Amino acid sequence: MKTADYDLVIIGGGPAGITAGMYAARARLNVVMFEKMVPGGQVLVTDWIENYPGFPEGISGMDLIQRMTDQAKQFGLKIESDEIVSVDFSQPVKSLILNDKTVTAHAVIIATGASPKKLGIPGEKTFYGKGVSVCATCDGPFFKGREVVAVGGGDTAVQESIFLTRFAKKVWLIHRRDRLRAAGILQERALSNEKIEILWDSALTGIEGLSNVEKVNVRNLKTGETRSLAVSGCFIWIGILPNTDFLGDSVKRDEFGFIIADSKMETSVPGVFAAGDVRTTPLRQIASAVGDAAIAAFSAEHYIENVK
Amino acid sequence: MAGHVLEISDTTFDNEVLKSQKPVLVDFWAPWCGPCKAIGPIIEELATAFGDKIRFAKCNVDENPVSPGKFGITAIPTLIIFKGGKNVKQITGMVAKSKLEADIKSLL
Repeated sequence: MKTADYDLVIIGGGPAGITAGMYAARARLNVVMFEKMVPGGQVLVTDWIENYPGFPEGISGMDLIQRMTDQAKQFGLKIESDEIVSVDFSQPVKSLILNDKTVTAHAVIIATGASPKKLGIPGEKTFYGKGVSVCATCDGPFFKGREVVAVGGGDTAVQESIFLTRFAKKVWLIHRRDRLRAAGILQERALSNEKIEILWDSALTGIEGLSNVEKVNVRNLKTGETRSLAVSGCFIWIGILPNTDFLGDSVKRDEFGFIIADSKMETSVPGVFAAGDVRTTPLRQIASAVGDAAIAAFSAEHYIENVK
Repeated sequence: MAGHVLEISDTTFDNEVLKSQKPVLVDFWAPWCGPCKAIGPIIEELATAFGDKIRFAKCNVDENPVSPGKFGITAIPTLIIFKGGKNVKQITGMVAKSKLEADIKSLL
């Protein structure tokens, strides 16, 4: 038997990482979870969660993460605030390289999640934090009585646009297609909200201003017609990209960069598992992430039993 | 042990930040902002590590709207490092602790 610092290392501290950590800690594995910032991930920027079972009145992202973290810690999960910068999965004992050290483990669960995708249009980067935002709960209150645009048509875009109407005078929702992708209940709420005006078949082409956002340019993709909207905020929710840069070519990924895992959540490398938004999956929700994570932890436990 | 992070307000901003001899890192935050609450402990850890060379302060933008307004802040968490009263580095959003450490070191 080869020795390793840990039985299991979990990379990433969103709902998937925390859940995997809780299962592993209860299985009494020698486990550590690395989170480069603080536990939470994308959930931290979610204003309100009403589709996670057990909370009929809904719960804020912040509170849910706090509860999940407390629960995992209660069973002894060790959480380290550090970043894995690269990995070496070429040996049976896996190496995880941090800025100032390397740790080894028999098994690894990758739960690094995803980050908001960028539009890649002029002004997006320049005005980030100066009107351009991806977090309605953080930044919505700065736009009290102002007009803002929101880009996207999925659950996040629609739900967060509805949240923005608490502050903004008007929310222009810009969507590339002629119907929304968001869950039916969210569509109903958006369509009946007087403060939301949807610009269908449209794309944002530029963001302008002096020091802060003052206007955005919108093009209708069907007619080619362009128009400018005088707004002070621009919220972008057009989907996500997996956080997998540190992995290099170590595990097999799909064309978009998401990690391919089997029904046991095992990747192309034996003993390396993936859970949550970072893997190729038809649905990315907290409920699906914690489900992935429970399976990944269970699979990792069995893998470790066999190699040790 | 967590380092000391000074609470500043619109009233004390000039004296504590702009007129400070040492560089000052100001964490603009609000109670409604999840990532801000999350970044708080990291700022305290940084204050422990770098507190002798740079002051650490936090400004609640909900109670003190003037100071963030002056710097055009419309997103939080935003961290600004002031040196000699000037904004020398502005960081918006959640960033890794290692990245913040590198930013601080580069300004010392």
